[in-house]
Amino acid sequence: MEVGKPLPAPGAPRTEVVHAEPAAGEEVHWEGLEQSEEFRELVRRRFRFVLPATIFFLVYYFLLPLGNGLAPDLMKTKVFGEVNIAYLFALSEFVMAWVLAYLYIRKANTVFDGLAAKVRARAGKGA
Amino acid sequence: MSITLVLFLIVVGITLVITAWAAGRTKTTVQFWAAGRQIKGWQNGLAIAGDYMSAASFLGIAGLIAFNGYDGFMYSVGWLVAYLTVLFLIAEPMRNTGKYTMADVLAYRMSPVPVRSAAAFSTVAVCASYMMAQMIGAGSLIKILIPTLDTNLKPYFNWEILGTRLDPSISMVGLLMMIYVIAGGMVATTWVQIIKAILLMSGAVLLTFLVMLHFGFSFGHFFDAIAGVKDKVTGLNFTQPGILYKYGQKQVFGVDLALIDNVSLGMALILGTAGLPHILMRFFTVPDGKAARASVAWAMGLIGSFYIMTTFLGFGAATLVGKANICASVVNGACVGTPNSNLAAPRLAEFLGGEFFGTTGAEFLLAFIAAVAFATILAVVAGLTLAASGAFSHDFYVNVVRTHLLHGHVSEREQVLVARITAALVGLLSIWLAARIGATANAAALVAGVAFVIAASANLPAILFTLFWKRFNTWGAVACLVGGTVITIWLVAIGPGWTVPAVKNPAFPLQNVGIVSIPLGFLLAIVGTYIGDLVKADRLSEVKFHEIDVRAQTGLGAEPNPVPA
Repeated sequence: MEVGKPLPAPGAPRTEVVHAEPAAGEEVHWEGLEQSEEFRELVRRRFRFVLPATIFFLVYYFLLPLGNGLAPDLMKTKVFGEVNIAYLFALSEFVMAWVLAYLYIRKANTVFDGLAAKVRARAGKGA
Repeated sequence: MSITLVLFLIVVGITLVITAWAAGRTKTTVQFWAAGRQIKGWQNGLAIAGDYMSAASFLGIAGLIAFNGYDGFMYSVGWLVAYLTVLFLIAEPMRNTGKYTMADVLAYRMSPVPVRSAAAFSTVAVCASYMMAQMIGAGSLIKILIPTLDTNLKPYFNWEILGTRLDPSISMVGLLMMIYVIAGGMVATTWVQIIKAILLMSGAVLLTFLVMLHFGFSFGHFFDAIAGVKDKVTGLNFTQPGILYKYGQKQVFGVDLALIDNVSLGMALILGTAGLPHILMRFFTVPDGKAARASVAWAMGLIGSFYIMTTFLGFGAATLVGKANICASVVNGACVGTPNSNLAAPRLAEFLGGEFFGTTGAEFLLAFIAAVAFATILAVVAGLTLAASGAFSHDFYVNVVRTHLLHGHVSEREQVLVARITAALVGLLSIWLAARIGATANAAALVAGVAFVIAASANLPAILFTLFWKRFNTWGAVACLVGGTVITIWLVAIGPGWTVPAVKNPAFPLQNVGIVSIPLGFLLAIVGTYIGDLVKADRLSEVKFHEIDVRAQTGLGAEPNPVPA
């Protein structure tokens, strides 16, 4: 599974425009930033991924105990040898978690980070 | 000297060397609490895995599967899926808005004195129940595997304090964790956790490999053997659900009690992780939100692989060792004596070592797995001590008492000193508490049944609403932090409980109370907020929401990572 890329060593130059940002405590017009097109786009894109993904993993996760309790005969059905649906379903939860995490991280690296950098750059220019 | 003792001493030696090295890098508050925010994403991922996979995971789940077959695996599944909540909703916003503790994020919007006090209360409640479980587990592990150590330590810890005689093994674990945290702060804790994660993964991979070697690398043979193990009470075999959760026996409100219990456990596991103070704290040790995200990815890879391997350990112990030989002392085929004495993983190691490498192999592998379990416990209690002392010293003493009540300025020097003193107090208190309740407490139930439930009912609504709900205010935050904690403890107290043996015919029927307390925690947060609105108690939180909203999403103005001096 791909994991997030390692960070540059401390002190190494970073790709993002960090230094253009206002330091903590400096005056920033937060409400203005919140209304900005870039920020709204970021929140919208993130929400569009996180909300369905969260609903999906909650439903998928609880199907397992519900299945075990409500449809025990189905879950005990053997698929090959003595390996049954219950065990394979439980294993599939791991795959599901890894796949969703991979999709989120890919999206975050390619889409969310770029949008967040735009918002920070805007703040640096005094929104 | 036995091999077990030698390996224990090696673990202790390595961790103390790390602590000595870390002590030189632990002078400022940002170093003490957040390792100077210099931990790389992958390192933090290993450390999260080391912080998270406790004795309950390693010894506990292996034992649950060895005794109950498939149903024990439910814990493993929930504990991994939980990280999706952390990844999607918590990790990056935490790093972007926080400083050292969970309460830092809440205090951004809310009135600091009540919110920090309430968060300190819930944090200490989570850490205390979690820590008791680990220390009791460590105590029984040492007593069973190296009884001579316990006897030899006895003269040094032979004190009776307030009617409770200290336990030598528990006291030694407590002293070690105090040394790590007091001397080396987050730096030492992080590296102890990283080494433990590597040890634990190696141990699990080795045992899984040997189990499969025994079955000629044939899943067919392995599962045939598992299906050959039958539960006497239900008549089910060990591949089938229903042994631990006895579906279709009792009902409450027309719904299957076992089903509710299982769903309730799942809720606590997948929602509780995102509210565990010692896990949240780890996100402040990395340079930025992107690294926080990367660390969750690494952690999920490790934790998921480990939890899949728990089925090999548990089923391996069930088929190769057998229930009758797993406990420390067995009479007529049943475990007797002290609770928490399940030794599925160590006994499996002993068996496999004997099968493949003879008597010395058996002794060595048993000793190795015991040392891994010991390292596991040390790493987790160190993380918990740090989180609990963060609540006492950073949240309560520095930010509530000194800054807001006495309007004083607190120097770096004083902050670090107080942090060390509170770590010592937390350590001493837990040594005493663990000795006091150790004889009757059910360690696994304390973790999954109390710590995770408080985290999900009190901390999670407070964090989520602070980050994502504009109207949320101080009243709502205090209501869920205090209310969620109190309701959870109360329901557990009147339920079957966390003691061994469990209470018969309890006033509240569920072992896992999350299905009631978690919705109540969220409800309290909402009701509290509207009451706060009505009395117009807290205008600032809504104004400040714009700021935390932008910060959480973008990392703008996040705590910087100082360049190492």
